[in-house]
Amino acid sequence: MSSSSSYIVLPGETVPAQHVNLKLGPGLLQVISEISESSIISTRAGTVNHSANKSKWWVESNSKRYIPAAQESVVGIVAGKSGLDGWRVDIGSAHFAILDGLAFEGASKRNKANLKVNSLVYARVSLAHKDMEPELECFDAQTRKSAGFGELKGGFLVRCSLQMCRQLLDPKHFLLPFLGSRFPLEVAVGTNGRVWISSKEVKQTIAMTRCIEAADPAGGAMDERALKSFFNTLDL
Amino acid sequence: MRPPSPSLPEREFLLQALHQSLRLDGRAMLEARTPTLTFGPEMGWVDCQMGKTRVLAHTTATMVKPQPERPLEGTITIHSEISPMASSAGEYDSGRPSDEEITITRMLDKVVRRSDAVDKESLCILAGERVWALRLTIHCLADSGNLLDCACLAAIVSLRHFRRPDVEVIGSDVTVHAPTERAPVPLSIHHTPFCNTFAFFPPSPSSIAAQDSQDPLSSPLQIPILDPSHLEQRLCTGTLSIALNAQREICVLQKLGGVPLGAEEVLLAVEVAVRRAKEMNEWVDGRLREDWEGRKGSVEVR
Repeated sequence: MSSSSSYIVLPGETVPAQHVNLKLGPGLLQVISEISESSIISTRAGTVNHSANKSKWWVESNSKRYIPAAQESVVGIVAGKSGLDGWRVDIGSAHFAILDGLAFEGASKRNKANLKVNSLVYARVSLAHKDMEPELECFDAQTRKSAGFGELKGGFLVRCSLQMCRQLLDPKHFLLPFLGSRFPLEVAVGTNGRVWISSKEVKQTIAMTRCIEAADPAGGAMDERALKSFFNTLDL
Repeated sequence: MRPPSPSLPEREFLLQALHQSLRLDGRAMLEARTPTLTFGPEMGWVDCQMGKTRVLAHTTATMVKPQPERPLEGTITIHSEISPMASSAGEYDSGRPSDEEITITRMLDKVVRRSDAVDKESLCILAGERVWALRLTIHCLADSGNLLDCACLAAIVSLRHFRRPDVEVIGSDVTVHAPTERAPVPLSIHHTPFCNTFAFFPPSPSSIAAQDSQDPLSSPLQIPILDPSHLEQRLCTGTLSIALNAQREICVLQKLGGVPLGAEEVLLAVEVAVRRAKEMNEWVDGRLREDWEGRKGSVEVR
């Protein structure tokens, strides 16, 4: 996806992004001033990337604090009830997110989803506005099917950097296919620095946890070869 | 915002793993992380890392007039601070100190100051007129479990590493020699206490049942682990911190959390702590010697 012309920017720098159908990703802002035309500036430090036809631009950087963005999948911890039929969910952002009790597959006024405090949910951010609390949903709003979202039972939660999460979502990244070739596993990757993992054996889950931490750019930062030899040192 | 507690799957999995004697980072139950010490350009500047837990300690000395009731003793003050950046979960607010912060501050005071690790009388320059006032500043930079042990290690190594300028007293005239002129003097340290924290977890239901059938009166043993990680610390039923030196003298023994512990459980922990304190003492001595050898060009060494 990223082109060879990626370079580093600091917040406030002008980015030469121009296209008739320009789409700005995270870390970029359009500034409209009275004298000149609108220009694009960066709002965070990182490397600027753009798609092959230069219509989509974004800034890639690593952090631990999640800033919610609509349509992203996240792993949240239920922190408590909110109102009559909703939950407050901790997704690692500055504020709790609201998860409506009706935003589940097959939920109705009579038959609401039942979540315990401290349980894990895999959800999609349905609303992210800088002045409002984020909102989550556990179904596809059009089809009203769960589409893989919902409560996560059993397994374990790994916390990693945001960049690691995005890498895990990339189908071309080596880690998950490699682990999957060694033992059967289940994974739910949230973009908020949380990865839920599950496998049959405790040892396998621990091995997954350690591999994710070892491959994390903010941790061990191991590449494919180093990770494979690290995996072989683990006692399974 | 209150820090969110660990989720149910995390709790269940951790207990399940511990009941199979497995820890999430691959350590053995009574194995601690290997600390890393980095010394700064100044004497007394130490960066101590245990895994991702990181503490910075810095010792400085100034000359002051002693307290009138103790004219022959210098003073030591400890300033500790946990940066709100230390945890991404928002556990440490800047304004109001959390319970853990208070525990660490009090424990440091007990381990470093009240155990008389530093000879305060040797800090006296001129009786009733001039003494050294030591200031030990501790910055907790990152918390990924067992901040207390890391802070104690950083504090004591900083005091051992620190060297004050040499002073000459003729009559009532005090001359302070620059470090390039005369070798700075290390503090006179009585002993080096090391803190070891154990976290306790409830035994598995099957072992409780086995214990009950044998002897219904005795309570089943708790599972101890050394040097708990952040998650282990959050989920344990209680912790036991033992500060002792290589001479097997216990300085502080602090038990937090409501879980009742039997004498044999405490003695087992003390055994482990004694072994570890001896190892740590040798290791710290070695590291300090290494660093001092490397400094020979920059400071005058006699």
